[in-house]
Amino acid sequence: MDILANLWLGLQVSLTADNLLYCLIGVFFGTAIGVLPGLGPAATIAMLLPATFAMPPVTALIMLAGIFYGAQYGGSTTAILVNLPGETSSVVTALDGYKMARQGKAGRALATAAIASFFAGTVCTLLIALFAPPLAEVALKFGPAEYFSLMVLGLVASIVLAHGSVLHALGMIIIGLMLGLVGTDVNSGAQRYAFGIPELSDGIGFVAVAMGMFGVGEIVANLENEGRRDLMISKVTGLMPTREDFRRMVAPVLRGTALGSVLGILPGGGAALASFGSYALEKRVSKYRHEMGNGAIEGVAGPEAANNAGAQMSFIPMLTLGIPSNPVMALMIGAMIIQGIQPGPQVMTSQPGLFWGLIASMWVGNLMLLILNLPLIGIWVRMITIPYHFLFPMILVFCAIGVFSLNNSTFDVYMMTAFGFIGYIFKKLDCEPAPLLLGFILGQQMEEYLRRALLLSKGDATVFITRPISAVMLVFAAVLLVLVLLPAFSKTRSEAFQDD
Amino acid sequence: MFKIKAEKDFQTGLIYVGLGALFMWFGQDYRMGTGARMGPGYFPIVLSGILIVLGLISIGRSFLVEGEKVGAIAWKPMGLTMAACIAFAVLLKPLGLIFSLAALCLISFRASQFFKIDRVAVIGLLGLIVFCVLVFVKGLGVPLPILGTLFEPYVPQWLIR
Repeated sequence: MDILANLWLGLQVSLTADNLLYCLIGVFFGTAIGVLPGLGPAATIAMLLPATFAMPPVTALIMLAGIFYGAQYGGSTTAILVNLPGETSSVVTALDGYKMARQGKAGRALATAAIASFFAGTVCTLLIALFAPPLAEVALKFGPAEYFSLMVLGLVASIVLAHGSVLHALGMIIIGLMLGLVGTDVNSGAQRYAFGIPELSDGIGFVAVAMGMFGVGEIVANLENEGRRDLMISKVTGLMPTREDFRRMVAPVLRGTALGSVLGILPGGGAALASFGSYALEKRVSKYRHEMGNGAIEGVAGPEAANNAGAQMSFIPMLTLGIPSNPVMALMIGAMIIQGIQPGPQVMTSQPGLFWGLIASMWVGNLMLLILNLPLIGIWVRMITIPYHFLFPMILVFCAIGVFSLNNSTFDVYMMTAFGFIGYIFKKLDCEPAPLLLGFILGQQMEEYLRRALLLSKGDATVFITRPISAVMLVFAAVLLVLVLLPAFSKTRSEAFQDD
Repeated sequence: MFKIKAEKDFQTGLIYVGLGALFMWFGQDYRMGTGARMGPGYFPIVLSGILIVLGLISIGRSFLVEGEKVGAIAWKPMGLTMAACIAFAVLLKPLGLIFSLAALCLISFRASQFFKIDRVAVIGLLGLIVFCVLVFVKGLGVPLPILGTLFEPYVPQWLIR
């Protein structure tokens, strides 16, 4: 069995002392930032990126991945205990989870969330192991035209499935692509948009962009709506779910995992959409739907399984195609590039240890979260009570030092500040920063694929529609865009994100 | 006759058109090349064109479809946060990490409406500085000067890095 051999290899890599340690650090940090409001996984990963340069690539990725799925756990903890979802993906968990906590069932709600997430994580690890190799196999046969179209599809899908104005998001992608071109053109060696500034000849540092838009910009946006939070923290008692709880959990967890796995693969899908979808599904099909909204365990189990499944499955396009489906995956790709690994379907064959090690580590990390999180609940509760006006100067400090340490230059600090400003202004105009970052990461590659595709076709642009796979992907992208413009679809879309 | 119904669309459109025009203006210096042999100017010019079109659509839409107003810009938090980061960068070389961190925190603190200098804030700030010096400079070896060039002649080397 190939899969077993591969997973075995992965386990061997992920169970070395170093990798276990950094996996633990990753999930710990992840849970912490999931608990802290106003600090998301994208900003944290950007902040910790410089610290990973000295590590071997696999260790770095294991830690960064741990932050990502750890944040899902942390987010649900605050959602249940204080009705404050730490992450978007746990917004719906708060609906029933907090009610359960008010009824004195906080411990059981937390345990349910952890068990549901762990189950989904286990299933998804297997799914990734099953589906990633054949997908990479297909992708290896792609020519430049197919790749170009794939990127177009990926970028379009990522904005259609995310919230906000599609028109503005398209613009943000284009701006991102343009910013990605700044610096030396790989093909001709020409300097573009560098204006004679030596620091710009290597391009704009993507850590500076990410930290600026997700760190600094976010801080300003949070300060704007700063209010005193009155927290009612429920006492955590009785961690063990009852036999009845377990019985009621099974179906929602299975449904949530299935839904999350499907939505997670789609670019832009990921955790948030999956948990919203799962809650809506439970409300429709669950036997206990009349209890939903009043502390039903289904309302915790389903969405929690779904968001963890969604988070993990979003690794598939990143690992097999090199296409980021959300800002966190864009940062992972950035981390790989900095480590000297070109993301894409060849990673699996050229770096099997890295590929399978990362996948196996997700299962190991989920296990750690299950075992560690419940006993550590006391720490998390204390963290929730840290007021934001103490938190944000610290975030700024770590951003400033982190971005400086990239090239040991203050230029990157100025760059980060500028992108903080840009990020905030765009946020005021309802232009999300995520598409810009996705475009930024793909800018140079997209140009290169376009160049090669046109070179092979001798300048004939119809190559993108005469090659079948490429044509199918472009048609998909077009259909998605047309769908958004239809009133019926856009209504459903805004309803799906109404709680955002 | 024409009334802007959606401020956000209108302003975003203006920004997109402006940025597109800017990118195109600077991009015209780069060699276009032909389709088969794309020069460095090809992709940027195409992208700027698309951006301008998207901007124009957004402006057009702002006259037709009802939309939201742009909320007030939070100048104080924004200005102070930016200023804090810039102060850090400017002060780092001459004064060193200790003072630039203090500047960053003290300036950014004021962005919060709950800001007050009390015992907790001072202890927290000192703790943060000590933590950063120990972890980043001594631990991880990031080449940040603890005390900057202004102090260099007067203090021992271990206080510099």
